[in-house]
Amino acid sequence: MAAAISTTLSHHTSHAAVQRATHDPRWVRWTLTTVALLFLGCFLALPLAAVFAEALRRGFGAYFSAFAESDALASIRLTLLAAAISVPANLGFGVAAAWCIAKFNFPGKSVLITLIDLPFAVSPVISGLIYVLVFGLQGWWGAWLIEHDLKVIFAVPGIVLATTFVTFPFVARELIPLMQAQGSDEELAALTLGANGWQIFWRVTVPNIKWGLLYGIILCNARAMGEFGAVSVVSGHIRGETNTMPLQVEILYNEYNFVGAFAVASALALLAIVTLVLKALVEWRHAQARAS
Amino acid sequence: MSFLRRERSVLPGFGLSLGFTLFYLGLIVLIPLSAAFIKTAGMSWDEFVAAVWSPRVIASYRLSFLASFAAASVNAVFGLLVAWVLVRYPFPGKRIVDALVDLPFALPTAVAGIALSAIYSKNGWVGQWLEPHGLKIAYTEIGVFLALTFIGLPFVVRTLQPVLEELEPELEEASASLGANRWQTVTRVILPELLPPLITGFALAFARALGEYGSVVFISGNMPMRTEITPLLIITKLEQYDYHGATALAVVMLVASFCLLLVINLLQKWSRRYYRV
Amino acid sequence: MSIQATNIRKTFGTVTVLGGVDLTVPRGKLVALLGPSGSGKTTLLRIIAGLEHADPGSGQIHFHGEDVTKVPAGKRKVGFVFQHYALFRHMTVFENIAFGLTILPRRDRPAGSAIADRVHALLKLVQLEGLDARYPTQLSGGQRQRVALARALAVEPRVLLLDEPFGALDAKVRKELRRWLRKFHDEIHLTTVFVTHDQEEALEIADEVVVMNNARIEQVGTPQEVYDRPASPFVYQFLGNVNVLRAQALAGAGVPGANPAALEAEGNLYVRPHDVAVAPHDPRSPGLVAVLRYIHAAGPQARLTLEQIQSRATVEVEVSRSELATLGLKVGDLATLRLRQGRSFDADYAI
Repeated sequence: MAAAISTTLSHHTSHAAVQRATHDPRWVRWTLTTVALLFLGCFLALPLAAVFAEALRRGFGAYFSAFAESDALASIRLTLLAAAISVPANLGFGVAAAWCIAKFNFPGKSVLITLIDLPFAVSPVISGLIYVLVFGLQGWWGAWLIEHDLKVIFAVPGIVLATTFVTFPFVARELIPLMQAQGSDEELAALTLGANGWQIFWRVTVPNIKWGLLYGIILCNARAMGEFGAVSVVSGHIRGETNTMPLQVEILYNEYNFVGAFAVASALALLAIVTLVLKALVEWRHAQARAS
Repeated sequence: MSFLRRERSVLPGFGLSLGFTLFYLGLIVLIPLSAAFIKTAGMSWDEFVAAVWSPRVIASYRLSFLASFAAASVNAVFGLLVAWVLVRYPFPGKRIVDALVDLPFALPTAVAGIALSAIYSKNGWVGQWLEPHGLKIAYTEIGVFLALTFIGLPFVVRTLQPVLEELEPELEEASASLGANRWQTVTRVILPELLPPLITGFALAFARALGEYGSVVFISGNMPMRTEITPLLIITKLEQYDYHGATALAVVMLVASFCLLLVINLLQKWSRRYYRV
Repeated sequence: MSIQATNIRKTFGTVTVLGGVDLTVPRGKLVALLGPSGSGKTTLLRIIAGLEHADPGSGQIHFHGEDVTKVPAGKRKVGFVFQHYALFRHMTVFENIAFGLTILPRRDRPAGSAIADRVHALLKLVQLEGLDARYPTQLSGGQRQRVALARALAVEPRVLLLDEPFGALDAKVRKELRRWLRKFHDEIHLTTVFVTHDQEEALEIADEVVVMNNARIEQVGTPQEVYDRPASPFVYQFLGNVNVLRAQALAGAGVPGANPAALEAEGNLYVRPHDVAVAPHDPRSPGLVAVLRYIHAAGPQARLTLEQIQSRATVEVEVSRSELATLGLKVGDLATLRLRQGRSFDADYAI
């Protein structure tokens, strides 16, 4: 009897210890959660709210008329164009890079992975500058370009190139760890069953990496549409021609056209929100796929 | 064995994929980047020093470095807190808050810049309360620091979160069963585990802040010697057609970023030392 | 379809994984490649399948006399079952099994209904009828294993290769499935090689066991041959339990019938636990004197652990439960051991 009681007791205390071990007291939880939420509120929610509040300061009429302007529309078109070229280009690159890095061993592989990450370490301003040095008037190919009446800097090709540079690693760095973790067994199984390279890629690899692929595309697209510094250097700010949406925001803001600036900014903020929602959805689907 | 086994895989497409990868990497990244170094190599030593070590440039280094350091430090402290709360404590709307943490990654920097300057200018939501008390934020160093804190916010949270999630509860239970109280468990068992990712996140936020441009230019006021960050100085020099000066500054920043990248890579190796062989 | 591998060498950097291995798998047999991890057995299997290449300049692989060394994996017509099955996780069971047929060029591809017939016939063969719409994650380990097998068989392979086919299953399913595989093999008679590190598995179902160690083949033979007449100390120790006794110590103990010259040589005597006879100590009868230290009697056989008095060497003995009861030995009692059969690798002798 005594022994039974003592085991119950010790079981009880050890249970309490387990509770204490992973759970903090209520007041600690409340304080920490409140401080964290206040911090995020001040730094994240407030700026986001400010964008929409400033955009609607003069009412919906002024807000929508800001988009009716031809320069604003031109900037939207250019932003979409830059993303429509740079995202697929980096997608193709990301898939190729992930294929050779995840499925094969070769010397210099870790150096290659580091080099792929390089554009993330470069200031956006410098990302633009280097293209000026190559294609600008005094650049390496500047004279050749003038001879052939081609324009890269202060023109659309420069904007596309700078955008491609800053979004370069996004798809690759999503896919590389994913494909490394998945290994090559399914591809090898398809190989022993007689599939050729494209059949293996489209029918086995792509379905397995589709969520990672989508995730990379979403992030890549957000950055491509929102890039400011790099594009600013190569654009030349020609109204209606070489202004992307972020550059249009800057011009309007510097002209004290705050409603116009914030209206265009609100469109970009909306894009950011859509990006976050899609990203959360993809993460959720991916977690589900992994759990099942 | 399995890492050896992959050598000379029989899967097709190696030559094609590696060839395209190297070609594209060279075309988009390596050749343009090398242009900066080659251009600088054409300068004499005195020209180079004059371009990268004048008082105005030094003032910009100091601002960029100190503001980035302060911003990364604040993010380290609050990032740890946010990651802890997000992983450990349930509260309503948690998924929305978790998604919102990535806002600085998703929001274009120019948008963040004008939003922050609108909030902290003297008529803004926050500025109107602070400025009467003599605390000016917009167009000062504090504004630069705030913008850099905003853009660096996700780094620490996102490097800590997965580590915290994978931390086995058994560790804390073992610590408690050995007689440690909660404070001892947190400071002596959990924090040491979190230190490598914390430093990695700090370094990532710091590196990002050093190069940041878009969110800062609107709130900083861009006064030479006072609120002019180094990336802005590069643009200024470019606009004055001082290509050599701009490129020399760019090379200094590139070297600094590459060193940081190296440090970050080593840090990540260090944080993984206990996991995976 | 027989398989011949001649002089297969494989090195990774400075590590030799296969050091010039020769292997012949007779037509229609079920052969086990047995060895500890790192012995090179899986690499050999993958080289046979064409999933890996042997070192340049080393040997060839022949399928029934035809040189397939340069034939890529997809054209060798091998059925390969991966250790973790490598089922396509985004395809149903049906789609997995049909995969090898649906990727054929249009002119060789069977009609949709013919593919469906083939898949359903295979599902019946592996006893998974009705599961065709499931996804791999919705199956148990044993079911996945059989789907992988059906998928490999769908392309009508010339040989079937299985890499640790039961390694990822729990003990009970493993036993059922390996008996099922043996029966299955007897029905289809496809030349089959499987890799395993589990000697019980290899001895139970294989026609022939190939014991590998350290990048070499140690011995090839029927299960009984390799168990009863191991060709090397490694095979002795890897297959079943064995007592390793220093021969010199035995000579002094006057083991009956032993050749004193052989026993005086430096060397070890390998004796299976069931080849040791144990009796209560009797100073008049010859044999090794030992103290009984432990009795493990859970199971059909009792295992006794004894310590030899002179050399302090540990000797394991297996006796039946009824024999143990007749002996009436208790822990701490003295016993006399007689060795019925044993082997040293300097000279072969029976005691």
